[in-house]
Amino acid sequence: MPQNADRVLDHATLFREPEYEAMFENKRNAFECPHPPEKVQEIADWTKTWDYREKNFAREVLTVNPAKACQPLGAVFAAAGFDQCLSMVHGSQGCVAYYRSHLARHFKEPCSAVSTSMTEDAAVFGGLQNLVDGLANASALYDPKIIAVSTTCMAEVIGDDLNSFIIQAKEKNGFSKEFPVPFAHTPAFVGSHTNGYDVMVKNIVSYFWEQEEGDATPGEAINIVPGFDGYAVANNRELTRILDQMGVEFTFLSDVSDVFDTPTDGTFRMYAGGTTIEQIKAARNAKATLSLQHWCSEKTLEMVQESTSQKTQSFHYPMGVSATDSFLMTVSEITGKAIPESLELERGRLVDAMTDSQSWLHGRKMAVFGDPDFVYGMTAFLLELGVEPVHCLSTNGGPAWEKKMKALLADSPFGTETQVWPRKDLWHLRSLLATEPAEFVIGSSHGKFLQQDLGIPLIRLTFPIFDRHHHHRFPTLGYQGGLRVLVTLLDAVLDKLDRDTEETGISYDLTR
Amino acid sequence: MTPLDAPGGTVSGEEMIAEVLSAYPDKFAKRRSKHLTIARTGEGEDAPSCGVKSNVKSIPGVMTIRGCAYAGSKGVVWGPVKDMVHISHGPVGCGHYSWSQRRNYYTGTTGVDRFVTMQITSDFQERDIVFGGDKKLGIMIDEIEGLFPLNKGVTIQSECPIGLIGDDIEGVAKKKMKDTGKTIVPVRCEGFRGVSQSLGHHIANDTIRDWVLKDNANTEGGTEYDVNVIGDYNIGGDAWASRRLLEEMGLRVVAVWSGDCTLSEMEHAPKAKLNLIHCYRSMNYICRHMEETYGVPWMEFNFFGPTQIAKSLRAIAAQFDETIQKKAEEVIAKYQPMVDALLAKYKPRLEGKKVMLYVGGLRPRHVATAYDDLGMEIIATGYEFAHGDDYKRTSPYVKEGTLIYDDVTGYELDHFIQKLRPDLVGSGIKEKYATQKMGVPFRQMHSWDYSGPYHGYDGFAVFARDMDMAINSPVWKLPQAPWKAAS
Repeated sequence: MPQNADRVLDHATLFREPEYEAMFENKRNAFECPHPPEKVQEIADWTKTWDYREKNFAREVLTVNPAKACQPLGAVFAAAGFDQCLSMVHGSQGCVAYYRSHLARHFKEPCSAVSTSMTEDAAVFGGLQNLVDGLANASALYDPKIIAVSTTCMAEVIGDDLNSFIIQAKEKNGFSKEFPVPFAHTPAFVGSHTNGYDVMVKNIVSYFWEQEEGDATPGEAINIVPGFDGYAVANNRELTRILDQMGVEFTFLSDVSDVFDTPTDGTFRMYAGGTTIEQIKAARNAKATLSLQHWCSEKTLEMVQESTSQKTQSFHYPMGVSATDSFLMTVSEITGKAIPESLELERGRLVDAMTDSQSWLHGRKMAVFGDPDFVYGMTAFLLELGVEPVHCLSTNGGPAWEKKMKALLADSPFGTETQVWPRKDLWHLRSLLATEPAEFVIGSSHGKFLQQDLGIPLIRLTFPIFDRHHHHRFPTLGYQGGLRVLVTLLDAVLDKLDRDTEETGISYDLTR
Repeated sequence: MTPLDAPGGTVSGEEMIAEVLSAYPDKFAKRRSKHLTIARTGEGEDAPSCGVKSNVKSIPGVMTIRGCAYAGSKGVVWGPVKDMVHISHGPVGCGHYSWSQRRNYYTGTTGVDRFVTMQITSDFQERDIVFGGDKKLGIMIDEIEGLFPLNKGVTIQSECPIGLIGDDIEGVAKKKMKDTGKTIVPVRCEGFRGVSQSLGHHIANDTIRDWVLKDNANTEGGTEYDVNVIGDYNIGGDAWASRRLLEEMGLRVVAVWSGDCTLSEMEHAPKAKLNLIHCYRSMNYICRHMEETYGVPWMEFNFFGPTQIAKSLRAIAAQFDETIQKKAEEVIAKYQPMVDALLAKYKPRLEGKKVMLYVGGLRPRHVATAYDDLGMEIIATGYEFAHGDDYKRTSPYVKEGTLIYDDVTGYELDHFIQKLRPDLVGSGIKEKYATQKMGVPFRQMHSWDYSGPYHGYDGFAVFARDMDMAINSPVWKLPQAPWKAAS
């Protein structure tokens, strides 16, 4: 009997017990009608060949394990970064259950959002009544200061007109016209979560800016759009620390660092922190708006340019020394605030750590996948570390991303062999790594299936991270963040070296 | 003494419900009031009534915890069938969020002859909405054949747009069945259909009937002791722990639907002498069909906790001959020492602890007795997507005064947890972290919180261990800062 009260076995070990092994074998042979093991092995081997790779890359419509989500997820994430802002997603309710679960699984935090719960009748008659009722209930129960409406693909396919619906809903509910209900159409069949983020930030900000009278008058402060960042909790705080040291006045346009990191002290806070309405309004009179993720903010920056005389500039998730330098110099140039010695010291410490460790990373071959800005920022840091990126892949990266990536790689002797793969999924990456391997893969938890199939260790450094806890509570941006990323890479490399050498003991060294 | 009138409670259950309803606009307070009740035994009744309204639309804007028909079909019924490729047909999101999230364990080689933990999607773009996705679907099935040649078939799990743009997925399925000679199943489980996951279960069951059993049911070559387990999705290995017990008592398990299941097992299921149904809600439909068409009777059973396991083993054995009945007794006797040891170890740490549940399927009632076995008390329970027959089945499991909520809203659940301050809440990932922040221990009771199995005797050991670790973790002494406690 495998189980006993003194030593309770759960799934991780229970099913390796001989009783279960025998049961599996019997089930397989008697009932599963399986392919012969040699056939399974033959196909498994074939999936790792150049022949399979060519077939895999020839597919035109099939998508397998894509590393992207849909627009409304980004919209819900963006809206969560505003003070007491409740997301209401117009359409089928199952979608909202999915967004909430998805974000909760990554942050290990609650995620609040409501649905207008449209069903078949709404598919026929439209979802106006659902929106009317939804606004009434949500405002009665959850006391929001802002209700940010986005859409599921159902509402988009039937063509619900949010603008007109919201005006009518406010009238029917006796809401004041002034109650803020910004909205964004976020069809799941266009773009990905990064676009949903962009359009929601843009629409919430422009909603309040449009109410302001007169021309914007540029002041001293700057605005920062963090972009869809699974590490926002720590990164936004790290940026705050850095900009405070510089004495820069700034406003995040969407800051989820508090709402996705509330304490356990006996009280559940549905809302916490976030950009306030007053801050959004004041942000119109900023000197500049900087985006940390270009492909999460194209529309937002365009709106800023059109409606103000602010300078705008975007970055690509600035990780590592040079990218942080460039970000800080830009901030300094715009604000006239000097980069203080304290930050120079932090910079020096990061460079110091890199010199200490460079021999362990120099020439290592790594692959990177994720959102376009993450892959760019990560790759830039890898090049600084002397790592040779083998494949850089982004399912939601397009031709513009490809072009920029190639320019980045062309600038470094470590990028000459790197291949860039826009609009490809993780099943493509599997073929790439099976035929032209890397020693490590950097990406999200979804990369663990690559590790399983190919034995290439996964380094988790981007959203979503479901199967490891709290990584997102430590920054990846700024010099401190660079240190954290450096240590993460080193741990992976040195852990692997230990695993590879522990059997013989040769090279299993105490000091490295 | 009823759970909600226990000492320390300053408010009756009915008052608590009235309080929570007062937050709603009148129209919706009235609608929600029909979904909330306190179980009371009326005159002439022998168990408390859980009579709430159920299986109706959620009201908009309230933070319902429910999912959709796609979740019920792809996520629950079809997704675990391991040797078929399940296409999330439509935009990328649905398949992404449900990708490898239900922990339906299986054996085999993923990506080669097994496909459960893969996200396979047609990734609809705007042009597909405008021009339709049928052509794309046909090509996609060809590409699946090319890249995953060992698949035994394909299911098409429709996302919302499919039904709205008028695609003919049945036509594509029929054509591709001819081309490939394999089973291709079109499932109309668009998320806007029905009011919850529940219709997705039903639709998925109907497609098993129409696209698997209709042409390929195999009733030949069975034995006198053949059974199927229906409605066990092998979460954390549940179905394996259950199967072992049934095999130990001398039965031959032809198929488990649908945890660790193959197409072949589904096709051979009609030869069984008896269908044993665990999750009644999600798969009773196919049991009724098999009864009508193949004459396979069905019975419900419960493998949570030793009391119900023993009761179920005896009830199942009673359907067979004395050999089986004798063996069932031997199985019960074999595991009794372990049960005694588990209870001796865990019951003293858990006795009297109060539990609130909010889950789906069968769990709001079926796990209640496993808590009973540990001396714990269910003070509130409810279902995401139950029907009236589920609440009827719940009565025998609950005590007088238990709070019952149907399709509870986030607002209501938070309010009830704050008021009742239970020792444990069992619900889902969306509820987990809010509850813990209140200082209340929590276990995810959909996914077993990444643990399991919880079914069978082997599973009960894990269940008991997990409830103990949730409640008796030293961390629960820490939420309040000591200087706050002092002041």
